[in-house]
Amino acid sequence: MNKILLKILLLMLIASLFSGCIQPDAKDTPAGTLSLSTTTSTCDTDLLDVLNARFEEENNVKVLTLCQGTGKAIATGEMGAADVVLVHAPSSELEAVERGSFIDRQFVMYNYFVIIGPVSDPANVTHAASATDAFTRIADAQVPFISRGDNSGTHTKELGLWNETNITPQGAWYQSVGKGMGDTIITADIKQGYTLSDRGTYLAMKDKIELEVLFEKDKEFLYNPYHVMAVNPEKFPDVNYEMTLKYIEYLTSSEGQDLIQDYGMEEYGQALFIPANNTDEAV
Amino acid sequence: MSSAEFIIQGIITAIELIAGMDPYILSIAGVSLKVSGTATFIASLTAIPLSFIISHREFWGKQKLLTLINTGMGLPSVFVGLFVFIMLVPAGPLGFLKLIFTPKAMIIAQYILVTPIITSISLAAINAVPIAIRENAYSLGGSHRDVAVVVLKEAKFGIVTSVLAGFGRAIAEVGAILIVGGNIAYTGSVGGIGEGLSYTRTLTTAITSETSSGDISVAIALGLILITINLSVNAAVSMLQGRGEERGTA
Repeated sequence: MNKILLKILLLMLIASLFSGCIQPDAKDTPAGTLSLSTTTSTCDTDLLDVLNARFEEENNVKVLTLCQGTGKAIATGEMGAADVVLVHAPSSELEAVERGSFIDRQFVMYNYFVIIGPVSDPANVTHAASATDAFTRIADAQVPFISRGDNSGTHTKELGLWNETNITPQGAWYQSVGKGMGDTIITADIKQGYTLSDRGTYLAMKDKIELEVLFEKDKEFLYNPYHVMAVNPEKFPDVNYEMTLKYIEYLTSSEGQDLIQDYGMEEYGQALFIPANNTDEAV
Repeated sequence: MSSAEFIIQGIITAIELIAGMDPYILSIAGVSLKVSGTATFIASLTAIPLSFIISHREFWGKQKLLTLINTGMGLPSVFVGLFVFIMLVPAGPLGFLKLIFTPKAMIIAQYILVTPIITSISLAAINAVPIAIRENAYSLGGSHRDVAVVVLKEAKFGIVTSVLAGFGRAIAEVGAILIVGGNIAYTGSVGGIGEGLSYTRTLTTAITSETSSGDISVAIALGLILITINLSVNAAVSMLQGRGEERGTA
């Protein structure tokens, strides 16, 4: 009995080993690919599925998406491991452009950050006058605040906000997880703490958590713009610059902008991102 | 939602996904088997002859090589991932190969992780073959090759065990392939399960990203497949060990 079982198991293993060898290598890298390194917010919301599906169809190309967070996405581009990046930390982006790592930076879309937390709102941020006031209230109340801690666009924004409050967040209440937006929201939900999130990811995860948006009215401080940039082909001649230009053009064209405008209407009853060409505020 | 409810619901959905042969989940399992299977296969091609040579020949640096293999057995996979990443990234020394974020990069990382394991275990098996058997084979007029065949035959259970152990390590590994593979799936449809089909997304890396995005039932489905593969491999290993021991005492 054991013998037969053993033979079956061995056969399965051998089959799996050979399936690795037999599969044609041509399938390894699709003929035309565009490697996009981007933030977790554009991935977790599925916006990219909509945008990329149309682009792939029109240009006969496969978009390979790396969902990394802005800091890592920019670093990946700077090492030449991506063709194009779509990120949301203007200060880091401009520094990277300054270093000559990226060219053709274009404004694609924006939304606003929100401060989310438990419904009971122990720090009373609902009544905060500004985003910095909200952060000060959280620090004063010493209630858990979950920080991305991953050098992402949202993390950069959060640090900027703490900087404005002149508070150095430290102590047991301030917890850095070093993970993406989805993970951070889940952690905050479990710990019944506060966190800063982009509106899109929050809406996409709303059904899976109990946290609610407690503060969002400070448009100036919570503004969250996304830009697309091409990895500089002079630095990395092997990047697919031609396709990158098409992609940038597509995202900023009325076709791409309309897709962004409409995305989320059906599922969430509101747009998750506002296209760059829309100057009046929809959110 | 109570906690028990959410877990039970997650498991039910997971089983439905597996039973329904969900293409996203199948493609991920396929990439896992393909990457770990190929890495184990190539590693075996290196490790088994290497362990035979180590067992049968004296050469300069042999002790150092053994130390290296023993150290290699416990290499943290994230370290291997980091090492392969900085080698393969276009800005790195082997960037011209254009392998970063491809299944091949993942195979390279797992090859590095698995080769020492297979070498070490098969070396132990070969060393356990009584010297008398080897000497008999020579005295009967066997060539080096004939003797090698006799020894390998004697050590076959241990060698197969070493390959299975290597495969078990590879399929369960997450740190290295996440860094060098990038957990990429093709563009998917909105509202569907997970993303499009997997390109460099494996059972382990997908479990991390599906848990991150709160898709627990998809993560559970992937976990069930992973644990099934793992248990099968481990069951095979323990059965082989049983048979090896029987033979040893016979």
